[in-house]
Amino acid sequence: MRYLFKTRYQQDLALMRHGGDRMSYGLLLVVLLLIPAVLGEFYVGELGAVFIFAITGVALMLLIGYTGLVSLGHAAFLGIGAYTNAVLLEKGVPFVITLPASGATAALAGIAIGIPTLRMSGLYLAIATLAFGSIVGTVFQKWTAVTGGFDGFAVPTPTIFGFPIEGATGVYYLSLAVLLFVLWISVNLLRSPIGRAMVAIRDSEVSAQSMGINLSLYKTIAFAVSAGMTGLSGALFAHYVRFLAPDSFDILLSIQFVTIVFVGGLGSLHGAIFGALFVRLLPQAIAIVRDYLPSAIGRMPGLEPSIFGLILVLCILFEPAGIYGRWQKVKLYFNSFPMYRRTSFRRQRAYARSERLR
Amino acid sequence: MSLFAAQELAVRFGGIKAVDSVSFEVRQGEVFAIIGPNGAGKTTIFNLISRIYNPTSGRLMFDGQDITTVPPYRIAGLGIARTFQNIELFSNASVLQNLLIGRHCHARASVGSQLLFLPSTRRAEVSHREKVEDVIAFLELERYRDTLIANLPYGVRKIVELGRALCIEPKLLLLDEPSSGLNVEETEVMGFWIEDIKKDLGITVIMVEHDMSLVSMVSDRVMALNYGRVLAMGTPAEVQGNPDVIRAYIGGEA
Repeated sequence: MRYLFKTRYQQDLALMRHGGDRMSYGLLLVVLLLIPAVLGEFYVGELGAVFIFAITGVALMLLIGYTGLVSLGHAAFLGIGAYTNAVLLEKGVPFVITLPASGATAALAGIAIGIPTLRMSGLYLAIATLAFGSIVGTVFQKWTAVTGGFDGFAVPTPTIFGFPIEGATGVYYLSLAVLLFVLWISVNLLRSPIGRAMVAIRDSEVSAQSMGINLSLYKTIAFAVSAGMTGLSGALFAHYVRFLAPDSFDILLSIQFVTIVFVGGLGSLHGAIFGALFVRLLPQAIAIVRDYLPSAIGRMPGLEPSIFGLILVLCILFEPAGIYGRWQKVKLYFNSFPMYRRTSFRRQRAYARSERLR
Repeated sequence: MSLFAAQELAVRFGGIKAVDSVSFEVRQGEVFAIIGPNGAGKTTIFNLISRIYNPTSGRLMFDGQDITTVPPYRIAGLGIARTFQNIELFSNASVLQNLLIGRHCHARASVGSQLLFLPSTRRAEVSHREKVEDVIAFLELERYRDTLIANLPYGVRKIVELGRALCIEPKLLLLDEPSSGLNVEETEVMGFWIEDIKKDLGITVIMVEHDMSLVSMVSDRVMALNYGRVLAMGTPAEVQGNPDVIRAYIGGEA
């Protein structure tokens, strides 16, 4: 076990808690930077997609996992980012401007949808965002002058200071950079007053308010930040798919994003990354395993959704803390071997809160 | 001099007058207790002061300012902190985070500087942390600093909620049943904390309380309510001896 000896308050604000963290994250970064040189085009492309989904996962984690607001419309923000990026690139705007512009447009859309809907909470908010998602989907289909409708929209190749971002490798490195940026912003947010206000809103709105937190303001900020990050991810998504079709930003994609958050583990940024790995790589794994199964099972239609569903159900039943929660338990098991106790992670009984206000 | 005053305060929920023209003044530096049977309107008065409910009529004056129409999230910034009857802590956050949320009304950093965690934000965070550590030392919460609220025993949660209110650095502290759910010893300890808050920190306290031993131990003046009306006001001994108050609690013709 490692015991941290804290002597300064700054230590609690540091990005990396100790040398071990610096070592392991540094090593991970080096491995990620070297992957395109080692693995084939297909795997690099898939990992790039994992990064893109991880960005949306982090964005949605801030909203669902930290602020407690469920959105079923994040595919719409992804679409807004993707189309903004593609349309601006087509008009000849350089990529260094279109990328932040995609984030900004999505963030503005987030504010616009946030102001009327954030007075709702829980299921009502989920349904409002679902409606928003389908409205935006329809706009993508019908506004043919800009989006090309069902004819689709070929995304031009971006260039950064004259260097074209081409192929799977280009998208891979670009997505990695944006993912690191988004993670940095998220960690910053979570260690400053806004992040704490988000957690406060999640756990108790009444007492958040009496701590001086303006609920609608902070909910809108959380929604805007989350939408903006999703917009960035959308811009990268456009380059990953290279051809935008309006029906690719549908409710199923939104549900995949929510799955990332729940399977990864609510309330942790690590969880968003694990969740993205899971959601993107499981279909590939199933496709590979299919060939080795007896044909009665391997050729069965609907194998993928059923395995997805099964894992989701098992996850919710046996590991509500998600993949990251399981990872922490495994880590503690080895750290404290042979003294690990099953009850380490069990909460004491929760005290009933009666007479909640409102 | 009065720090807080309620003037002819009234609120109706449908046909029920939960609070009916209640007036009282709280002097700077005193502990003012509100007692009364269940449903007398004690917690409703707290919710009116913290602006969660809107009064039907009447005025609330704090520190020479009319706060009757101030939005609820501004109340903390004015210097009024509160605790809740059934503990409203942020249960999936650590004690430290909960106390830091108490510092929220003192946070001045812009959204942009927080997103980038500029040096100014970092400095502000360290100074908030110093203030929080003062409260942790005051309430002797050191050993629970990094514990999740969900893993704390009930008695400690009560103290943490008190600490979170102190982090606001309030002028007026509203304690809603500080002894509820505590055993006799814990109630006595709570009484000592309230006395320390009054004497060492100079904070004025209004508390709603059922436990008369705690009320007589700490409070300077007591107001007794029944059915939303004021029955009696005065020192703890006076109010406890008042025939109307005895009748309200025990019933009968006394």
